[in-house]
Amino acid sequence: MRLHRLIAVIRKETIQIRRDLASLLITVTMPLLFMLAFGYGVRFDVKHIPVYVYDRAGNQQSQDFLKHFQASEYFRIVKAVDNYPALIQALDSGACRLAIVIPIDFSEQLGAGGPVAVQALVDATDNNTANISLSYSEAVVQSYNQRLRLDWSQRHGLSTVQSPLSVDIRTWFNENLESTANIVPGVIAIIMAVIGSFLTSLTVAREWERGTMEQLVSTPITPLELMIGKLVPYFVIGLVDTVLCAAVAIRWFEVPFRGQWTVLFLSCTLFLIVVLSLGYVISVVAKSQLAASQAALIATFLPAFLLSGFLYPVDQMPAATQIITYFVPARYFMTILRDVFLKGTSLPFLMDDLLALALFATILTILATRVFHKKLT
Amino acid sequence: MTDHDTIPVLAHDLVKRFGDFVAVDHINLEARAGEVVGFLGPNGSGKSTTIRMLCGLLRPSAGQALVAGFDVARKPEQVRRRIGYMSQKFSLYNDLQVIENIRFFAGMYDVPASVLHERTEWVLYMAGLVGRESTITGTLPGGWKQRLALGCAVLHRPSILFLDEPTSGVDPISRRRFWELIHAMAAEGVTVLVTTHYMDEAEYCNRLVLIFQGRIVASGSPTELKQQAMAGELLLIECDRLGPALDLLQQVPDARHVALFGKALHVVVPDAQTGIPRLRAVLSAHGIAVSRIEPIRASLEDVFVSLTAQLSGQRT
Repeated sequence: MRLHRLIAVIRKETIQIRRDLASLLITVTMPLLFMLAFGYGVRFDVKHIPVYVYDRAGNQQSQDFLKHFQASEYFRIVKAVDNYPALIQALDSGACRLAIVIPIDFSEQLGAGGPVAVQALVDATDNNTANISLSYSEAVVQSYNQRLRLDWSQRHGLSTVQSPLSVDIRTWFNENLESTANIVPGVIAIIMAVIGSFLTSLTVAREWERGTMEQLVSTPITPLELMIGKLVPYFVIGLVDTVLCAAVAIRWFEVPFRGQWTVLFLSCTLFLIVVLSLGYVISVVAKSQLAASQAALIATFLPAFLLSGFLYPVDQMPAATQIITYFVPARYFMTILRDVFLKGTSLPFLMDDLLALALFATILTILATRVFHKKLT
Repeated sequence: MTDHDTIPVLAHDLVKRFGDFVAVDHINLEARAGEVVGFLGPNGSGKSTTIRMLCGLLRPSAGQALVAGFDVARKPEQVRRRIGYMSQKFSLYNDLQVIENIRFFAGMYDVPASVLHERTEWVLYMAGLVGRESTITGTLPGGWKQRLALGCAVLHRPSILFLDEPTSGVDPISRRRFWELIHAMAAEGVTVLVTTHYMDEAEYCNRLVLIFQGRIVASGSPTELKQQAMAGELLLIECDRLGPALDLLQQVPDARHVALFGKALHVVVPDAQTGIPRLRAVLSAHGIAVSRIEPIRASLEDVFVSLTAQLSGQRT
């Protein structure tokens, strides 16, 4: 390998990237756009569910009960109606997700010691939100029950009855249970998968399309020099983008960073090598920019998005899908990113994932050096 | 510059097949130091394919070629270090500046830092691009681009130069200038193999190789070729009713290679002294008025046309 040639290729690629407005825009704006889109757009938290109520009792007690819903940050009582059809219509039109009907004899039944049946109608088109609203409503009812019991005991001069068992919950790593903290570090993996593979997928194909490859292969350049020379500039861009994304995550979205920067850097390096080599291989094989860029997106973006654990935890996937995820490098990187940001996991505990990434990096770089032949066809 | 013990370019029974199609069919070739060898032939005759094999860009299907003493199939890298190649299509980077292209290819050929400056200056001077260093290559006129491409191909001072239609789409003045560069390099001992279909350019070559349907059909110096191919003397005939005259002359036993050139006919006869009166008589007998009939020097175009016409006739 000649340093001269390597430097010449690196310099040439850098100049070409600098002169190409499209790739410059992609390298700078895409990470920011992705961070904002995912950081704000993707939320798994369910808050302020719109609720309609039909309070048939309409007395102080029923209003008191409804206040419990209102007080919770999970519900927002949008409107009180006075008939069933209005309720149904609200559910149909999507004006509310949950409708609560309080029976006419709410107070009488309570006074008689219950049980009172309060009706909850749930729009379950989005089953996830429906599930969550149901369990939140149950929790609201539970706490209301508890208060009633307490009142009753006090009125009857009994000492306060304690529940025999209580759970003392402490959430770790993401203390406020905010999905942003989970999503945003994961976005870094997606951005790097896309930047790394998409941009490199164009580099070799472009030379074939423009005819410059014919001149290039007539020179003594070696396939290894060409590969390294072409990938180094994108590697630097990838690292800069990582820093950019990390800064946005920490500063803007206030995601905690508890781990070591070295672990982040190491895993980013390995993952970048994986996606860059993959993009390069695709570019060499495809020989057309359009085909190459599409193949690169399918090969990296989709798995990173769907199979890495970004959207759904891997252990919740069907068994067959779980097996596939072992072949998705983004899966390991996703784990590392979340652990490094939120848990502050140190190097030894992430060894398995790092080794997996290193294995992919090795296989793909070897493939990348082998796949290119200095021959015209 | 060249090791005098080895013949710079030597091809023996070189064959290239693409599937069933034989693009190059047992070509034998030799080029000596300082020689300018021209490859002449219609499009698709196998000129470019031959050059690409000699540069190690295509693997020969059969046969052997030694360039600078190295087998192109086994040691393509050794070959590439010693040759300069200019492809048919302009293939430098249009989005780089002139100087950036030069630096890039200097890097590719591993030009030592100690001579880099001198070589860069030389290429800029040679290509007439002094003062245009930071022009974006894509905005240069065609002729300038070609000179820059040549400059980038010779940055490492190769002893052998392969040029594949280097002047296609370039204006005549630029073409002449380009050929002056080629001759200057040949004078220094560089072997040049060049393909072209401009006949006037072919005259600039020391030796011509005519390729037709993948085979070498004639070779020699331009003068030799004209003599060989035109056994006899070439006559120019100007007359009215060219079409009937053409048909008529083709019936005359001694007249060969009857062809239309502009507003005149070219005919080869064994001897001009006896041929002229005879042809004039034949034409007059059929009421065709001959305004001019005289022996002329054959141009390469005559040679080329008559050879390809003959061969097409044979093969179909």
